Amino acid sequence: MRYILFELKEGLLIAFRALRTNKVRTSLTMLGIFIGITVVVLMSTAIKGIDNSFQQGISALGSDVLYIDKWAWFSNEDWWKLRNRRSIDMADYEQFKELAKLPIAVAPVINSQQVVKINDRRVEGVFLNGSTADYVKTTNFTFENGRFYNDVESNASRQVAVIGSEISKKLFPRGDALDKVIKIGGSNFKIVGVLAEQGSFILGPWNPDNQVFIPIGTIFKNFIAEHRGTVTLNVRAPNPSMVEETKAEAEGVMRKVRGLKYDEENDFSINQQEGLMANYNSVVGVIQIAGLFITGLSLFVGAIGIMNIMFVSVRERTKEIGIRKAIGARRRTILVQFLLESSAICLLGGIAGLIAAILGSMMLNQYFPTSIQPSAAVIAIGVSAITGILSGFAPAYTASKLDPVDSLRYE
Amino acid sequence: MNIINIEHIAKIYDVGLEKVHALRDVSLRIDKNEYVAIMGPSGSGKSTLMNMLGCLDTPTSGKYEFNAVNVSDMDDNDLARIRNKEIGFVFQTFNLLPRSDALHNVELPLIYAGMPYSERRERASKALTDVGLADRMHHKPNELSGGQRQRVAVARALVTNPSIILADEPTGNLDSKTGEEIMLLFNEIQEKGNTIILVTHEEYIAEHAARIIRLKDGLVEKDEVVAKRFIPKPKEAGVI
Repeated sequence: MRYILFELKEGLLIAFRALRTNKVRTSLTMLGIFIGITVVVLMSTAIKGIDNSFQQGISALGSDVLYIDKWAWFSNEDWWKLRNRRSIDMADYEQFKELAKLPIAVAPVINSQQVVKINDRRVEGVFLNGSTADYVKTTNFTFENGRFYNDVESNASRQVAVIGSEISKKLFPRGDALDKVIKIGGSNFKIVGVLAEQGSFILGPWNPDNQVFIPIGTIFKNFIAEHRGTVTLNVRAPNPSMVEETKAEAEGVMRKVRGLKYDEENDFSINQQEGLMANYNSVVGVIQIAGLFITGLSLFVGAIGIMNIMFVSVRERTKEIGIRKAIGARRRTILVQFLLESSAICLLGGIAGLIAAILGSMMLNQYFPTSIQPSAAVIAIGVSAITGILSGFAPAYTASKLDPVDSLRYE
Repeated sequence: MNIINIEHIAKIYDVGLEKVHALRDVSLRIDKNEYVAIMGPSGSGKSTLMNMLGCLDTPTSGKYEFNAVNVSDMDDNDLARIRNKEIGFVFQTFNLLPRSDALHNVELPLIYAGMPYSERRERASKALTDVGLADRMHHKPNELSGGQRQRVAVARALVTNPSIILADEPTGNLDSKTGEEIMLLFNEIQEKGNTIILVTHEEYIAEHAARIIRLKDGLVEKDEVVAKRFIPKPKEAGVI
């Protein structure tokens, strides 16, 4: 055991000596592994970053919220059939709220896309949510400034608005949005609240940061004729473990509200984030596998480069191997020496690649969510060491099997 | 006591369809502190015998005892150990590692022997001092003259205190004056009690030895004890 340690130590010294004397070749070979590790780690931090920001965005929406809607988010049902369902209107909401006992909050929501502007600053295509004051109870919103509109404002359909953090940044770069009056699609609204940053850009227009919230009566008054729209009921379960019971109750209550007979199908859908998650996971899973596979290929190419160089190196140093064997190097010693050389190339390349990837992902983070996992670092180092050993093995074995007499004679 | 005891060894190489009998039937004994020269024309089998004696190769048949241990059927690892501990090689082409300095070249066999750093450094620099290269320890082979390179090789051969020194045409790549200096070094080493086996095809080099074994066509043609040539010692002998 002590001898093996000794051999490893001396082998490492000899390997580094050999790498130092062939600086150009060593660094070119390293480049292959460097690029491979860099892209693999960058890819995995990017994937992890997207994933994290999606999860975060989702949790801002609340994992315990049900969305009762005319439309099904994810289903194979015929579009026409869904389209022909009766709209859900405010009367349905009132009854549902009256009958459902479990939910801690029920809010009707209807959307419209509008231009939001103040003076010459404007944001196009903003998701405008109309709801009641209870809406905030169906979310996990936190506020930068101000508050959500209250029952009085909601019931009286006042011209008040709560804006998302991104909208606030765009319209009020100095952060003084509160109490200002903005124009939404031509009407004046007073800002009563500004949300703190909630989710992530992954959700796009569904990110609360990019949205504006006004009382539902106000949205009917200004933008959507009440009889033409269909509202979504956001129903919040008392806690995440009660989601299933709340859903069961909601289905029953909703059937009653809609006056469905026992043999009639639901003419509404109860949507959950879970559907969104499942959908997302299946898409991202494919991207993940494809991304890692493609970047993994570059690592593979690097490994082949190393194997190639090591074969050349063994051939070029046949005489050296002969000398070493003549003065007492054993097969294993030679094998270990060459394995250590290739692993050292890979490890150094891998560490450099990891550092580059960390710096790269820090830079990317300005534009794109990335997340460096300690596990990714460990895996990168492990993978490069294994690459070195695997790609170095065949050349090293060839070297260890060389005949001392022949290799001494080799010129 | 015999250091080397060879009985009826033969070495046959397969070269395509033909078989080449490099050694047919060779028996010899070499005692401790002998100074033996092996001579013969090219193709006589002297290189093969040299490889055999140096445990670089094993005989096809016959028995080879080294220090009363049978090495003719040892495996690669055991042979490597014997080469490392018992045999010091000096080659015609020096066979130093070109990119390592003199000290590292001399230290190399001690690394393979598993000796710790400080001890082997000390021994390697002593060996280099003994061959007169105290001021050349950190020179690389291409910064040394032919004679100096061969001295590094001699130091490397001596550093493990081997049972025998095997020198294969040690003066072949040197001019006659430098060659003579190297031979004087071998004389000194032998006088200190080492056993030296010298392979050469030049009579005046062989004359340094006390016994000349002549090979021809894979057989021992003549094995004779000769009068050692008188060599006047220069005053500064020791550090030539």
